Order: sequence, then C-alpha cells, then structure tokens
Amino acid sequence: MEHKESTQMEQSATIEKINCYHCGNECNTTDYVLDEKQFCCTGCQSVYEVLSTNQLCSYYRYNDHPGANRNSTDKRFDYLDEPDIVRELLDYSDEHINIVTFYIPHIHCSSCLWLLEQLNQINPAVHYCKVDFLKKQLNIRFDHRQLSLRQLVELLFDIGYEPLISLHDVIKNQNTANKDNLVQRIAVAGFCFGNVMLLSFPEYFGLNVYEQDFKHFFGWLNVLFGLPVVFYSGREYFRSAWQNLRNGVLNIDFPLALGIAVLFLRTLFEVATHTGAGFADTLCGLVFFLLVGKFVQKKTYHHLSFERDYRSFFPVAVSTITSDGEKPVKLSQLSVGCRIIIRNNEIIPADAILLKGNALIDLSFVTGEMLPMSKVLGEIIYAGGRQTGEAIEMEVIKPVSQSYLTQLWNNEAFSRRQDNRIRTFNEKVSKYFTIVLLVIAFGSLLFWLPTDTRRALAAFTAVLIVACPCALALSTPFTMSAALSIFDKNHFYLKNTAVVEQLARINTIVFDKTGTITLADDAKIKPELTLTEQYKQWIYSVCINSTHPLSMMICKALQGVKRLEITSYIEIPGKGILATIDRHELRMGSAQFVLNEDNSITDVTRVHAMIDEQYLGYFAVEHQYRPGLNLLPGLAQHYRLYLLSGDKDHEREKLKFFFPEPDHMLFDQLPQDKLDVIESLQCKGAKVMMLGDGLNDSGALKQSDLGVAVTDNVNNFTPGSDAILDGRSFDKLPSFLKFSKDTVKIIHASFGISLTYNLIGLSYAVTGELSPLVAAILMPLSTATIISFTSIATHVAAKNRQLT
Amino acid sequence: MNIIYFLIGCSVLLALCFLIAFFWAQRSGQNDDLYTPSVRILLEGDDDVSQK
Repeated sequence: MEHKESTQMEQSATIEKINCYHCGNECNTTDYVLDEKQFCCTGCQSVYEVLSTNQLCSYYRYNDHPGANRNSTDKRFDYLDEPDIVRELLDYSDEHINIVTFYIPHIHCSSCLWLLEQLNQINPAVHYCKVDFLKKQLNIRFDHRQLSLRQLVELLFDIGYEPLISLHDVIKNQNTANKDNLVQRIAVAGFCFGNVMLLSFPEYFGLNVYEQDFKHFFGWLNVLFGLPVVFYSGREYFRSAWQNLRNGVLNIDFPLALGIAVLFLRTLFEVATHTGAGFADTLCGLVFFLLVGKFVQKKTYHHLSFERDYRSFFPVAVSTITSDGEKPVKLSQLSVGCRIIIRNNEIIPADAILLKGNALIDLSFVTGEMLPMSKVLGEIIYAGGRQTGEAIEMEVIKPVSQSYLTQLWNNEAFSRRQDNRIRTFNEKVSKYFTIVLLVIAFGSLLFWLPTDTRRALAAFTAVLIVACPCALALSTPFTMSAALSIFDKNHFYLKNTAVVEQLARINTIVFDKTGTITLADDAKIKPELTLTEQYKQWIYSVCINSTHPLSMMICKALQGVKRLEITSYIEIPGKGILATIDRHELRMGSAQFVLNEDNSITDVTRVHAMIDEQYLGYFAVEHQYRPGLNLLPGLAQHYRLYLLSGDKDHEREKLKFFFPEPDHMLFDQLPQDKLDVIESLQCKGAKVMMLGDGLNDSGALKQSDLGVAVTDNVNNFTPGSDAILDGRSFDKLPSFLKFSKDTVKIIHASFGISLTYNLIGLSYAVTGELSPLVAAILMPLSTATIISFTSIATHVAAKNRQLT
Repeated sequence: MNIIYFLIGCSVLLALCFLIAFFWAQRSGQNDDLYTPSVRILLEGDDDVSQK
C-alpha cells in the first residue's frame, strides 16, 4: 500500500497540475479518468457521466470547468416525499402538472443557464424550465405523474445543481412582494408629460387672436392629461402626506402633494375661466421626475437577502426514528422526545441529548468557536451545530422554537420595528422646509389680500408651485443610488439608501471575532516543538489516518513528508490518538490525554505530542486574520473599536495590538451577551455598527444601529442585517466609512443648490407674476442640475477614496 | 387648420396604443428578467453542436 501511495505521488508530481474537467479544482489523484478527462473526485466524474450519456457535453464548451465541486455532498431528499412539505414548496399544482421555483446558488455562468434549460433532454417529464440568472432561480414545470418532486431534485443534484430548499425562503417572498406598479405609474406620467409638452409649445411661442380656439382646445387637453398624472401616478404622494399628517409628522411628501394639488387646481381654474394656459406641463414633469427619483432609489439585489433568520439556516426536515422505521418530519412538527438521526454535515435543528454515536459538532456558526467539539453520550447539544463524521442519534429535549439559539429571536430586538434608527437628513430638513414654505405662502397671501384678491391668490398658489421641493426630493435618491452602486461595485451591499446615512453617523464599531476578523476556513497550524525529519514522518503517518479536522490540519502543515507504515492505531474520540510506529509509541491529542494533566479547561487549539513518554511540545492552531485588519489602528482615531467573541480569550495578547484599550475586548460572549453589550453602548450614546457573521451575532446585528454581515460567499447564509460585506473588501472598510461621509456632504450641497433655485423662483412668485413658462423652465432645469451634480460629485468622491 | 384637431387626435391615439402595449408587456412579465435573455441569446440552440 505504501508503495502504491508513493508512486502515485510521483506521478502527480511529474504531470503538471491537472485540473478537474468538471469543477476546475486541482486533481490530487489520477484515479478518476473518463473519456481521457481527469476528475478530482467521484462526484465530479458522475456528473460528467450523466451529462455525457445525455449528450449534453456542450456544457463544457461554453465555459471551462463550469461545475461545482462535488467532493463532499451526499443526497438525502427523502423528506421531499412528504405531501405536507411538497405542498409548501410548489408554486402551482393540478392533476397534470406542478410548477416549482428553486433557488440554486451555483448558477453562475452561461453553461449553467444552458444546461438547466435542457433538463427536458434528460427527463421528458420536465415540460419547461427557465432560469432567472440574477436571482439564481430555476422555474420548472413538470408532470408529477411521471416525475416526483424528489426525483426532480435528485436529477438536479445529479447534474451538479443542488437547490437550496427552505420553507421560509425569503427569496420567494421577494418575488411576490414588490408589486407597487411604480414602472406603470412612471410610464403614465411620462406619456402625459410628453403629450402635454407638445401641446404647450404653441402657448410658449404665442398664439394669434384668431387661434384662440386652439388655445382652449389645448388647455382642455392638458387638463385631461393632468388627470391620470394626479390621480394615478401621483396618488401615492397624497396618501403618504395624509398618513404622515395624521401621525403629526411633516415629511417631504406634504409640500409635494400640496404642490401637485395646487398645480392641478390652478390649471383647471385658468383653463376653465380662460385666464391663462395653466401649469399642466410643470405638473406632469414634476410627477414624472419625482417617480423616476423613486425608481432610482429602489435598488434590489436579487441574489441577496437581508432578512434571513434561523429558519432559512435550518433544514426543512429531519429524519426521526419511529416504530415503523426512519421517517422525515417537518421541523415545526418536531416535538420533545422525538428521536432524530443527524448525519454528516447535517445541522441539529433543536436542542437534543446525544444517545448514540461519536458526535463531533462544528459550532462555529452558533458560538463562534472555531474547532469542532466532541460530545459524550448523554450530553446536551444545542441546535445549530453541524455534525461532522458519522451519523448520530439524539433525543429532542426542546421544540425548535424554544431552543437555545432560536430563543434569541424572542428578544424584543427582533419584534420591535426599527424606529431606533437615525432619521435621515431629508426627514429632518423637510419639516422646517414645509413650515417656512407655508409661512411665505400665507405671508404673500395676506400681503396682497387687502389690495388685490386676485393677485393674492395668484401669489399664494405661485409660491406653492415654485417652492415645490422637486429638486430637494430628488437630491437624496440620486446621490444615494450613485453611492449604492459604488458600494455595490466594491462588494459592499447595502439594504437600502438610508443605510448610507447611517453609515456616516457611526461612531463606534464592534467586531465579532471568528469569521469576521479571522478567515473562516483558513486556520494555520504552527508547530511549537522541535521536529526532526523522522518525527515529522511519524506524526504525518499517524495523523493521516484520522479524519479529525486537527489531524487533517497537521497533515496539511507537514505536506510532502514520506508516509510510513504504522503497527497499531487507536483513536479515542475527543481525546487523541495512540499509535505505534517503528516500535515507538506515539501519543497525540489534548493535554489531558497526552500529559495526564487534569485540565478542566479543554484547550482545543493545541495538539500535544509525546513519543516514548518523552514530551515533544504541541501544535498550535492559529487564526488567520483578514488582510485588512492592520487598518484598524487608523480607524481607532475616529471610532471606538470593540471586539466581541464567543471564543475563549487565548488570543487576547495578539489582538491587543488592534484593540489596545483594556475593556474593549470581551470574550466568552453568548449571543444574548453580545446583544446586551450593544444595548449598553447605545445607552451611553454610541451609534454602533456591528460586524458579524454567524447566527450568534444575529441579536447584536439587529440591535445595533447598523448591522453588517461579513461573508466570504454572498450566496451563503448570512444572518439578517442592514448590509452584507464581502470578505474580500474588508480592507476597504475605512474608505467605505469616509465615502459615506462624503455622500452626506454631497446631499447637503445639493440641498443648497435646490434651495437657491427655490429662492429665485420665489422672488417671482411672491409678486404674483409667475408665468407658466418660467415655472416650466425652472423645474426641469433645477432637476437636471441636481441629477448631474449629485452623480458627478459622487463619482469624484468615490475616486478620491479609491473606490472605483 | 381644422385638420389639427384630427391630427392631434391621431397622435394621442397612437401614443395611447404604445402606452397600452407597454402595460401589456409589463403585466405579462416581459420586463421581469432583463438580464438572462442577454446570456441566453449567445447559446446555440443546436443540441448536436458538440458532435460537429
């Protein structure tokens, strides 16, 4: 066996780096060859087999290595036979066909698109399938008499596209929501705007006396076009203004609604009494531009979800043991006392007691603990842990909704609506703006009223028309949407535009440790022992037999060492390895196991080694910090920095450099503790930004003024948050913060510009001599200025901060 | 000059047709996914291309 191993190694050394034909990963063996193509694992090879038997190999022509690595997945979809679950997943169902939409995270290239739309070739029961590339969704219509949902999912799995199935799929909800007809309303406003402009031109150039008939005709047509603009396109402004007024709030919608109403009524009056041409052109233009501003502000990230909670992290169903064998049960039906089976890589859905098997639980997502922990029989294992290794049997002791992790969701931070958020600049200013506007309007009314009633009314309406804060209402959306797209380009995804302003007002930043400032899967092992070449070979040969993550890490660190044969090998789960090699006894594992120290604190980050009763030293696991972490001291000048970790404090010394103040590093924090820390900081007046990655941070993310989920793969599960930061852009964090401040300055400046326009308009308006032409020029001109100023200024600011 | 009444009527009618067409397109979901078709068009519909 040893011989075979070494020749194989030589072989792969001589052949230069072969990449798997399917997934593009480096091939470590030459075992998997089919049609002269190399594969890295059976999974990839089997996908190729399925595709080649169905003549679908064009898949590989469109892109190199389009597949997903299939190394460590196993299919378990028996829960899809449960009618209850099936019913919840289907979009539509009748006696012939079913329609279902899947979210498939791996959709990433044209090959994916092509293959997924060829499902019909593999199985004719699929009638129709259509990919939505940006949403990473696949819509399938199939004949369920020939192909069950489970078979369909298995088919998708076989070709390497496993859908992510969750009953609480927020992505699906996104599809059904968001039907406010904004685009239609813009279309109507635009249609009317164009026609009204056309009909108003004769008036601008002046009409002869004998063309007065046309004037009235055009006037009435304009009123006609104004109707749908006011009552269809602009309806939302009236509704919102009225609602806010009832709640005692003066927001920007009030002067807007007032402006729209006055514009329409005055137009109607002038046309009806033949006293003028009215302001239908201004009216339509105003509503059109306002709606466009609204549209621009609404940026949707189809592939991201900011609202995920534990339910989309947990599986749909879990296998339980009943008297008639194994049966999948929906999570909501899981009750206390159920016996469940958790297999490799499955998530434990509820707090449970371990009954059978070697549990090695990866709790990194729940507690922030980096290394998997082994549990003994009878121990309680909390929900959210992921089993690594063999299947285990457990008894549920708490329902899913009351488990340790999910209990956090009962905290008030989750039920409360987000009213603790900072009010935007726009909201603050529009209140005063409205008051001043009303004062000027009524002032001019009262000023002219004693002398000239007609002029008084003209001045009153003209003020409301000219001061209608169109440019003001547009400055924020256009600046923010430009800023959002800058952030987007730099892999920082904000939930909405208001988040930019929140970002600018942050004064305290709280970091989670594991997965946030450390790299999630990239721990390094550091040997704290002197190793001779022979020791290295021994340790390598012993560790290669174990599947424990620490052993695998040691093997990786000692890569390239010759493997020797071992005479005996015993692995004691949770403790260590006892092996004999070359008539030497080798002990590796925890301090308790190797040194017989009864250390109650099981330090999981050290692997001790002993050969023939002689202690060698230990291997220490070290976190790899994110590359941008050295920028933190620079941030500390302007922000207070805190660290909250669910981990033990063995890294305190090393992190002292980044968080120098003594009480700013808190270790051993439970999820609830993290939330409480944020709350107490807020009580002291801090505006807190929380950066976290796991479910254990979700409470803190929700409580903070700005919760940012840090992730290395945006398609993975991220806890609910205001923004999602791609780990690659972690080092740009200081630039992001500075840029958000620039953005707010730009909004202030554009506000100044729009005020200037308003003042110019007002100086005409208060005299009561506002001509429709001036209004019609002023409004689009101010809008155009604002739009160009904000977008240019934002991009210049982005360039200054090196965010392009 | 009375022809203007007729012409304006025609132009408004035509514009209305376009507006209705747009509404129809929006309702029937033609604008729901504006990205995927741009990728799809680059793929060859022929299934036996690989054998050529």
